Amino acid sequence: MSSVDVMQETGAKTRAPRQRRLTVARALNEAIHQEMATDSSVVVLGEDVAKIGGVWSTTVGLLDAFGPARVRDTPISESGFIGAAVGMAAVGLRPVVELMFVDFVGVCMNSIYSLAAKQRFFSGGQVTCPMVLMTSVGGGYSDGGQHSQTLYATFGHLPGLKVVVPSNAYDAKGLLASAIRDDDPVVFMFHKGVQGLGWLGTVPRAATHVPEEAYLVPLGKAAVTREGSDVTLVGLGLTVHHAIDAADQLQKEGISCEIIDLRSIAPLDQETIRASVRKTGRLVAVDDDYMSYGIGGEVIASVCEDASITLKATPRRLSFPDIPIPFSPVLEQGVLPNSEKLVALARQAVLEK
Amino acid sequence: MQPSQAPHGNLHHRLWMYEAMVKSRELESRIKTIYFEGKTPVFNMAKGPIPGEMHLSMGQEPCAVGVCAHLRPTDFVTATHRPHHVAVAKGVDLRKMAAEIFGKKTGLSRGLGGHMHLFDAAVNFSCSGIIGEGIAPAVGAAMAARIQGRDDVAVSFMGEGATNQGQFHEALNLAALWKAPVVFIIEDNAYGISVCKAESTSVASNADRAAAYGIPGVFVPGNDPDAIHAAAGEAIARARAGDGPTLIELETHRLEGHFVGDTVEYRPVEERERLAELDPIQLFRSRLIGDGHEASELDALDAEAVRLADDAISFARNSEYPALEEAFAHVFG
Repeated sequence: MSSVDVMQETGAKTRAPRQRRLTVARALNEAIHQEMATDSSVVVLGEDVAKIGGVWSTTVGLLDAFGPARVRDTPISESGFIGAAVGMAAVGLRPVVELMFVDFVGVCMNSIYSLAAKQRFFSGGQVTCPMVLMTSVGGGYSDGGQHSQTLYATFGHLPGLKVVVPSNAYDAKGLLASAIRDDDPVVFMFHKGVQGLGWLGTVPRAATHVPEEAYLVPLGKAAVTREGSDVTLVGLGLTVHHAIDAADQLQKEGISCEIIDLRSIAPLDQETIRASVRKTGRLVAVDDDYMSYGIGGEVIASVCEDASITLKATPRRLSFPDIPIPFSPVLEQGVLPNSEKLVALARQAVLEK
Repeated sequence: MQPSQAPHGNLHHRLWMYEAMVKSRELESRIKTIYFEGKTPVFNMAKGPIPGEMHLSMGQEPCAVGVCAHLRPTDFVTATHRPHHVAVAKGVDLRKMAAEIFGKKTGLSRGLGGHMHLFDAAVNFSCSGIIGEGIAPAVGAAMAARIQGRDDVAVSFMGEGATNQGQFHEALNLAALWKAPVVFIIEDNAYGISVCKAESTSVASNADRAAAYGIPGVFVPGNDPDAIHAAAGEAIARARAGDGPTLIELETHRLEGHFVGDTVEYRPVEERERLAELDPIQLFRSRLIGDGHEASELDALDAEAVRLADDAISFARNSEYPALEEAFAHVFG
């Protein structure tokens, strides 16, 4: 079953028999449990990941199931434990490391972009770095400018890192399993707004049917979440849900939206984006990272660079403006992308002469 | 020891410390109550008049007052994600601080920063939400004072968890190398979120780490305002005199969770049950009375603290939210 089917099914009003639904957090947790059970080289490191099962509930129960040798709470030493994970990965382990907030990358970027991202290249392929760096992203709950960023493009920009951003539980489990089995470093960015933690608020739609057995969702492959004919909306993580809400609204106005869920930004699935825009002729990209040099720009470029695509309207992008994230709820909510802003942009694109 | 130069006029420093502790506690008690507005019956961090994470300093007040009693407005202080007690003791404007925590336009930073990003340039106070981030800036501000010919000092507050950040070690080496007029204050509340010190730190006392940089290392047990005042006074006088940095670790207690809403199940039950007995304000009050202060004298200070806290909260509640343009107005000058 593809994630497209899942998202469409969960949109249905009645279902029988009732399928098992999981939050993104529980889906991630299940993926790690299953990968650890089948591969003894998988280990987990991070702040508060062992005893309390992670601040984002990604590692619940792992300490009890697999013991302290494979599941370790670390000191607040991100540069140290991420660098250590690169060393573990160099000699046969598959570390899954949690960086509590992506905003904390400032203290450990060297371990990520000078070490993890370049091991394979600098060694001419002798040494690989099969590690996963899991990290929470996103704001919208007034946690201030050092706990609310997404920084997708920062990682997407750096060669040598695969970058994954799930929008729902089905994809989250399959993508994380793929990431753990991948022989290259994968930055796995889960958005707090879809994580399914009650204390943080969440998009209910992100909790989906998740099969109990292990399965893979391929890295580097976008999903067509909804088919449509007038305009292509491209999102990732939380903004896929903005796109779904916008498409529902626009449908009432007679505008048919196709929705692309990027799922991975590195590698970026340009073919799926191009195939969609070739059909609709209109493109609006939406993400909640800073705008300049960002996801929207990259998505638009990937379409504009394809001479076979004839655009019927100027491509548009909706992102977080180029300002640090303000604390005050009225300011943060005022500048965050949302479905209303997306509706307005998509409508403009369709009405453009 | 140099005479105390705290901004408290002729009030005896012990009474000043007592009042500042109560002021911080009263403000935080109100913040804690209001924090739950809009968050019941379902706790959602995004809701209510004070959204986002809220890290309270209740129990750690002695660290702030014992140190800041020696500081002037021109001395530079960096604090942490748990900043309120230090801000109050450093003399940060209470009304503007409360308004910032509510995200109002009358806040210290017009609502742009929030509770982890309190800046009051008038008294050289700032804090940060990233662990260990304030340590090196304190070294820099201390060196600036020396280069500019001032005898001001800098103090960096941090939790015990921050000592395992690379920044801590780089900054301490710099400070020692340059003989910077800076004092490093470690508030050891024994937990970095859920991870206790013994499980995160290779040495029992971070004061021992001072030896690695050839500077004095001091450990002060007991969460005792008088003992902290004495140790900090010596270190700050030493820094002011040009004799270089000192590392001080203070045993303290986090009476609340890491943030409001934290169920603290990771702390042993017996440890949690003991916390109420460890309330430093009650202990210090008893000691002051034992030393001859009248209860009525302390009651008057309590009443003033209550008045100031109520005033600050009322100011914050009644202030307007900023206009959206404000978000775009302060990226560049």
